[in-house]
Amino acid sequence: MTTFIDPYSSSRETTEGTVFSVTGGDWNELVTEIGATKEERIVVNMGPQHPSTHGVLRLVLELEGETVTEVRCGIGYLHTGIEKNIEYRSWTQGVTFVTRMDYLSPLFNETAYCLATEKLLGITNDVPERASAIRVLMMELNRISSHMVALGTGALELGAITPMFFAFRERERVLDIFEMISGLRMNMAYIRPGGVQQDLPAGATQKIRETVKEMRKAFKDNATLLIGNSIWMKRTEGIGYLDLAGCTTLGITGPVLRSTGLPWDLRKTQPYCGYENYDFDVVTTDTCDVYGRFLIRMNELEQSLRIIEQACDKIDKLAGAPVMVADKKIAWPAQLALGGDGLGNSLDHIREIMGTSMESLIHHFKLVTEGFRVPAGQVYAAVESPRGELGAHIVSDGGTRPYRMHFREPSFNNLQSTSAMCEGSMVADIIGAVASIDPVMGGVDR
Amino acid sequence: MSDHGMFGAAGTGDTSGYGGLVRTPAATGSSERPYGSYFDDVADDLERAYPGFSDAIERVVVDRGELTLHVKREKLVEVSKILRDSLKFEMCMGVSGVHYPEQTGRELHAVYPLLSITNNRRIRLEVSVPDNDAHIPSVVEVWAGNNWHERETFDMFGIIFDGHPGLTRILMPDDWQGHPQRKDYALGGISVEYKGATIPAPDERRSYR
Repeated sequence: MTTFIDPYSSSRETTEGTVFSVTGGDWNELVTEIGATKEERIVVNMGPQHPSTHGVLRLVLELEGETVTEVRCGIGYLHTGIEKNIEYRSWTQGVTFVTRMDYLSPLFNETAYCLATEKLLGITNDVPERASAIRVLMMELNRISSHMVALGTGALELGAITPMFFAFRERERVLDIFEMISGLRMNMAYIRPGGVQQDLPAGATQKIRETVKEMRKAFKDNATLLIGNSIWMKRTEGIGYLDLAGCTTLGITGPVLRSTGLPWDLRKTQPYCGYENYDFDVVTTDTCDVYGRFLIRMNELEQSLRIIEQACDKIDKLAGAPVMVADKKIAWPAQLALGGDGLGNSLDHIREIMGTSMESLIHHFKLVTEGFRVPAGQVYAAVESPRGELGAHIVSDGGTRPYRMHFREPSFNNLQSTSAMCEGSMVADIIGAVASIDPVMGGVDR
Repeated sequence: MSDHGMFGAAGTGDTSGYGGLVRTPAATGSSERPYGSYFDDVADDLERAYPGFSDAIERVVVDRGELTLHVKREKLVEVSKILRDSLKFEMCMGVSGVHYPEQTGRELHAVYPLLSITNNRRIRLEVSVPDNDAHIPSVVEVWAGNNWHERETFDMFGIIFDGHPGLTRILMPDDWQGHPQRKDYALGGISVEYKGATIPAPDERRSYR
């Protein structure tokens, strides 16, 4: 026992045993002190401020020596109340909120929300083909940028820094495309109920095709670095084991489920946005471990590139076609021209409502202030996000705002498997197992 | 949610006639057979596998291409086991609460989206309970993955899932008062002053509904 209070490393007695607070300082002193207690079982609080926990995840570990006997997750540190806030916004404004949930896959959040809203409106089949193709294009680009973070940070957490440089270099290319198309790199609120916010800029598909070629070459950097690398294999093979029975009972979807050999991918099994018209393969492995999930993500990159190329062809073929439903009540505020003040505006529309038609003015006012109404009912729409099934359960009471919106977040659900994957393993393998789940705390806590 | 925004307009505040689009109340009755799609098969299979069908299932609703079975809460676990074992709904995609304060005696609803990987089908279970007796049996023993989802629904709506292995708050702090997603729980927030003007808190802003 130390006799003075060290603000960076102190201990105190509680009914549960000695509690050591460690925030830095002299580790040798701490290790000596813990060694003197003759207690084999220690409880370690890892996070919520820990670089290896993907944001603010807190893990409470019970250790016997270096073996983990119990893991419990503490979440909620990034709870933002998006589901509550959205009940006070119009249906269109909702997109701006959901895009901020899982911040690494914003376009999937938007698509799930919009598909559900369109189902409620009964306009699922009215969404133009070009809009669906653009959605697919954006989602697959987003899948690449999301997998890049999963791979890069996963490798970094296991001690390999170079893969992260390569991964973030490729992610940058995708974010540049997002910026070119929507004006924003993240949280773009680009996909709207009824279609997408605006058409692709001129030359976009050409630029994307070039980027795809470059990425296809550049992905090899990480593949040569990691696939078959003996250090990487030792840290990932047989780690974080979760078999098919475990996955189904825990409701696990996405790469973790596919690492058990089950080719379950909503893009194939329950297609949306016209995925049935694209030629791609569902990637699986049968190892049920971290290495298998890593391989799935690596190989899904190539499948995404294939889909992107096909989507570009489709978009080029549909040049000039609309990207929003024809119903002007829903399409607002999609069709704007650049006004003299540099902001989006429609001078023709202003001329009509201010000069010629009182009726148009009334409609304009009502649509702008309260938005469109959505018939009462409830729906559930799911998409295959990079992390698994992302479902949106939306209830409408017939008003201009969602009555209740709940996102079934794959990160939230899959994080439950941490205990099943890690208990009985070494403490260092927790990092690899959690990284293979790829939880994004913005999605977990919403 | 208050109907009074900054300008105090009750109802929709609509005088233009535009809002003549009447709010259609959600369907309250049962759907008639045939339900269409694979829904008849699901209902038939369930009736065959579960003799107490007519007693346990209050309503069968088919809306927008989705099947909802309204289950009595006492029978929820029984029905869930049959659905999992006989009808192969291996996965439950969680539980989502909905608060309908105007539905006296059944204010709180719990909605369970189910997924069958074997048959590639989706259905939905819905359980409704009164606010003053908000107890629903837990289905964690049937689908272990519902553990966190039920904790979240408890946290947000105050629905108590009996038999849950550890029903504690999950997103809000442990000592939080109230259940934020209920309709009687104000959104809250503070007004912000900007360049001399005051912008009211989100739930106090003017609203046209």
